[in-house]
Amino acid sequence: MSRLSGWGRTAAVEADVLEVTSEEQVAAALAAALAPRGLGRSYGDAAQLAGGRVLDLRGLDAISPVSPDGLVTVGAGASLDALVRAVIPAGWFVPVTPGTRQVTLGGALAADVHGKNHHRDGTLGAHVTRLRVISPTGIHELTPADGERFFVHLGAMGLTGVITEATLRLLPVSTDRVLVDTERFDDLDGVMAAMVEGDHRYRYSVAWVDCAASAQRGRAILTRGDHARVDDLAGATLRPPRPARLAVPVTAPPGLLNAVSVAAFNELWFRRAPRRRVGEPQRLETFFHPLDGVRDWNRLYGPRGLVQYQFAVPDDAAETVRTAVSRLAASRVPSFLAVLKRFGAANPAPLSFPQPGWTLALDLPVGPPALPGLLDDLDALVVAAGGRVYLAKDARLAPATVRAMYPRLGDFAALAARFDPEHRLTSDLDRRLRLREG
Amino acid sequence: MDNAFGQPQTVVVLGGTSDIARAVVRRLAAARADTVVLAGRDAGALAAAAEEARDFGALQSPQVTFDATDVADAGRVVADCFAAAGREVDLVILAVGRLGHQEEDQDDPARAGEGALVNFAWPVAALAAVRRLLVAQGHGRILVMSSVAAIRVRRSAYLYGGAKAGLDRLATGLATSLAGTGVSLHLLRPGFVRTKMTAGEPEPPLTTGVEPVAEAVVRGLATGQPVIWSPPVLRWAMLVLRHLPARLWSLVMDR
Repeated sequence: MSRLSGWGRTAAVEADVLEVTSEEQVAAALAAALAPRGLGRSYGDAAQLAGGRVLDLRGLDAISPVSPDGLVTVGAGASLDALVRAVIPAGWFVPVTPGTRQVTLGGALAADVHGKNHHRDGTLGAHVTRLRVISPTGIHELTPADGERFFVHLGAMGLTGVITEATLRLLPVSTDRVLVDTERFDDLDGVMAAMVEGDHRYRYSVAWVDCAASAQRGRAILTRGDHARVDDLAGATLRPPRPARLAVPVTAPPGLLNAVSVAAFNELWFRRAPRRRVGEPQRLETFFHPLDGVRDWNRLYGPRGLVQYQFAVPDDAAETVRTAVSRLAASRVPSFLAVLKRFGAANPAPLSFPQPGWTLALDLPVGPPALPGLLDDLDALVVAAGGRVYLAKDARLAPATVRAMYPRLGDFAALAARFDPEHRLTSDLDRRLRLREG
Repeated sequence: MDNAFGQPQTVVVLGGTSDIARAVVRRLAAARADTVVLAGRDAGALAAAAEEARDFGALQSPQVTFDATDVADAGRVVADCFAAAGREVDLVILAVGRLGHQEEDQDDPARAGEGALVNFAWPVAALAAVRRLLVAQGHGRILVMSSVAAIRVRRSAYLYGGAKAGLDRLATGLATSLAGTGVSLHLLRPGFVRTKMTAGEPEPPLTTGVEPVAEAVVRGLATGQPVIWSPPVLRWAMLVLRHLPARLWSLVMDR
């Protein structure tokens, strides 16, 4: 038995971890109940099964050569970091990347991850041309032309089958830099207006919002950009990202991240940004994955760990974003800079998180007694607005709330049962939210 | 499953009509507990406690009746509770116990022995059954209701205190035996609490109502505290009191 948890380091469990390196081993393992796991970067309990079997898929890490038109076939256990390293020298980049490269492709598709370009490029799943899934009913080769039988696996949190391989269409790039425009805003309304007005002009856009309880609550830094072309730079290169240079060696004492220290950090972060700067070349990893520069940063949150709360609401519910920020500030639960983004169109996957409108993500330390109730209150606001919470980040939703947030859960469960009639694919997330019960 | 805040969804309460257990259940049901199985002696009181659990948010609260003097029945009771839960059990609360009447019981072999059955032997048998089922499940938590009376036994309640002392020590051993199983044990040591069990008894210092105890339990479950004291200051008070010379102890505690 090994001790396991998600990236938030909450609700750790003992589980029997089985490492696999072949599809035959995956198929054999599916004779009994299990939870698939990659790099363990979902925040909550999606990739663990207390007292049960966890399938470690990191061994399925083959990466094919890239075809001339940018197609690459990647094992589910390969990390996006490994993929980027393999393809960038030839001028390719992943079409969508979440805030870290330290996720496996299988995990990224199981969560149907999005990036700073969702408003124009959709989720990572939108760039998959072929999916290979092993479930108790067999091996399934699927393409988007298979419709719901393909899409059900995206965002399914590993509950429909084990994705073993996917073919992706990569993005051609000619440099390893992004040209970034940075703007600072003194309030939330200002940054939201700027995003609505101008995001369509950029491939990538994200805002960091200060949720600390101070007069500056809601101030924000908006960074937007696109890949630099060779002509944009003197001495353009195509180098792989640098590995992390810093690490958090031990778990911090409880209470290190409190309202005062977090407010101080937010102040520094905000002051560091220029009021306005145009066309600054930034390295890909600086722009996309700043936290990958600090290994094990989750340890900063102390022994009780952290929860991330990420919700999406439609455009007409922009007020929900404002209310969430002000309630958080009023509660004095410390929150590092929150991440605000606009989402484009949703895809047909029944449990895919993004929906058109706004998304806000908050990192919160477990500990303040007011936090569980505060998040339950935010759930109610999000449901009332027709929004939802991201399952890959969740560690505390209630079963009834998920049903209100994901109205297609019933369709999902019915489709999942076709791939896994005996409900062998499970996880603590599944058991907590009863996702497979529809 | 327990969530990130240590809030359980499926709870079994052995001794479900205990005032302290009910106060804990109210808080758990208001958070995430949607299935609460209540086991106890009095079917009518159990039904009332079950209705209360539903009023506070539980979706179902099945009941199991038993007699805590029937040690041989403890395994059946625990098995019935787990079956009634219908899901894997996140938390078992062991709140079986009775104060008895020290003066009347102390020279009566039958009643003194029966008190030990209810406060010690039955809980021990039930814990064996709970341990087996939770370890097989590979996760879950046990909350054992001990008492500050177990730390140093008072003359005026030595039958109760002595049995609780046995249970308290046994539970600390049981907790150690669970390392690496995914199961863990919380030991609750409340001070004197105003309940129907203690009605009419003289109230020593640091007496509380049930709500502060329930609050301490919920906080202990959230933070993973192995020993939960209520009020928390008792941890330090007992550190001193338990080492008082016997005559001084008697003078302070058995007035």
